[in-house]
Amino acid sequence: MLDLQGYGPSILGGALLTVEVAILSLLLAVFLGLLGGLAKISSNPILNGIATVYTTLIRGVPDLVLMMLIFFGGQMMMNNLSDWLYTKFEVDVFFNVNEFTAGVITIGFIFGAYMAETFRGAFQSVELGQIEAGKAYGMTPWQIFSRIMFPQMMRHALPGIGNNWLVLLKTTALVSVIGLSDMVRLASEAAKATHQPFLFLLPVIFGFLLMTALSEWGLKMLERKYSAGVVKG
Amino acid sequence: MLEQFEQLLSQNDIFNLATLMHYWGGFVTTIQLVFLSLVIGAVIALPLGILRTSKNPWISKPIWIYVYIFRGTPLIVQLFLIYYGTAQIEGIKGTWLWENILAEAFYPCLIAFVLNTAAYTTEIIRGAIENTSKGEIEAAKAYGMSWAVRMRRVILPSAFRRALPAYANEVIFMLHASAIASVVTIVDLTGAARDIYSRYYAPFDAFLFVAAIYLCITFTLIFTFRHIENKVLAHLKPLSH
Repeated sequence: MLDLQGYGPSILGGALLTVEVAILSLLLAVFLGLLGGLAKISSNPILNGIATVYTTLIRGVPDLVLMMLIFFGGQMMMNNLSDWLYTKFEVDVFFNVNEFTAGVITIGFIFGAYMAETFRGAFQSVELGQIEAGKAYGMTPWQIFSRIMFPQMMRHALPGIGNNWLVLLKTTALVSVIGLSDMVRLASEAAKATHQPFLFLLPVIFGFLLMTALSEWGLKMLERKYSAGVVKG
Repeated sequence: MLEQFEQLLSQNDIFNLATLMHYWGGFVTTIQLVFLSLVIGAVIALPLGILRTSKNPWISKPIWIYVYIFRGTPLIVQLFLIYYGTAQIEGIKGTWLWENILAEAFYPCLIAFVLNTAAYTTEIIRGAIENTSKGEIEAAKAYGMSWAVRMRRVILPSAFRRALPAYANEVIFMLHASAIASVVTIVDLTGAARDIYSRYYAPFDAFLFVAAIYLCITFTLIFTFRHIENKVLAHLKPLSH
């Protein structure tokens, strides 16, 4: 198919890596976002404070700076941790913070903050009466969350999640800066080596546009599923 | 005063006057880049945003394609394409344009940022124009205003106000996106932090300090925009008592 002077297959592999990073960070972001969203609506001032600090700080700092902090600083922290473990308990372990983990953790962490805002809004849009009814049925908090809250709030959260996902997808390109061989890095290296930037970077642009278009289609399907039974005015 | 400051600085190894000056240089570069991109981007986006609402598909579709491509792909790829791409244009080396403008990393970077922010701003302006209430346009038409007068006197003034919250987000987005400039050898704030990190091998000091600076700029922007919004959107605020 697309040979691109022999670079084609490796760039295609890089595209798979991009998707992998994006999906793993999305999972982390949704998890953190749910926790953050729940903390934000909770009446506990400590949880509330932590969540507010988290979302404010993360959204005030460029993603690239955070990524470098976690990639370069994370390794040093892990080294210190293993030193400490060795001197204290004589346990010899080594934690390796590679580009992939640093990338996924950073992106997940950043978008967790954005997701927290999305989920907070969505949680608040579920009617209080619904939750009271759940309590009246003697449901446990987890049952209330999984059976009443979650299915109803997803409808309100989906547009926000969709937007975050589209931005997240583009943010994955930043992992190329800390050295992960994703689509962007491989293509830009090939461009530098062959002095043909258009030949290699235009396919990357099409790759991203394709992923965006596919995501938009998928989101539409999901929105249809979660809006079942909702009458639009 | 300065001596006391120096004494304070001498207590740690990393933040001496030289590194602080390095950060300052980075700060100036970041502000220059962001400010210039936003101003030039807005100048381009205004006509594009207006034309995007045109009913003629030959006018609105090309703008839609431009906006779709620049909003749908990562800024870093656009930057690479312009940074490496301009060097490959036949016969550009040796020309005045190359010697004075494109050979420095700053200008290709500025071009990429301008094109990117112009695409986002075009979409913001389009949204604001399309949300003009029908009654206002009808009233303007009933007064016999031409399209241009209607645009200038009725639609744009209220559209700018509606666009303000979204544009504030775009400004902050641009500030954060400008960190990407450090990838193409520009010493902006992030570039300065990278230099200092590699010289002293102190990731936390170097990056946390720069993160704090970005945070301060972000908050300043948020408060400034909130102030402006309070002023120009005062008539939309809910009445208190």
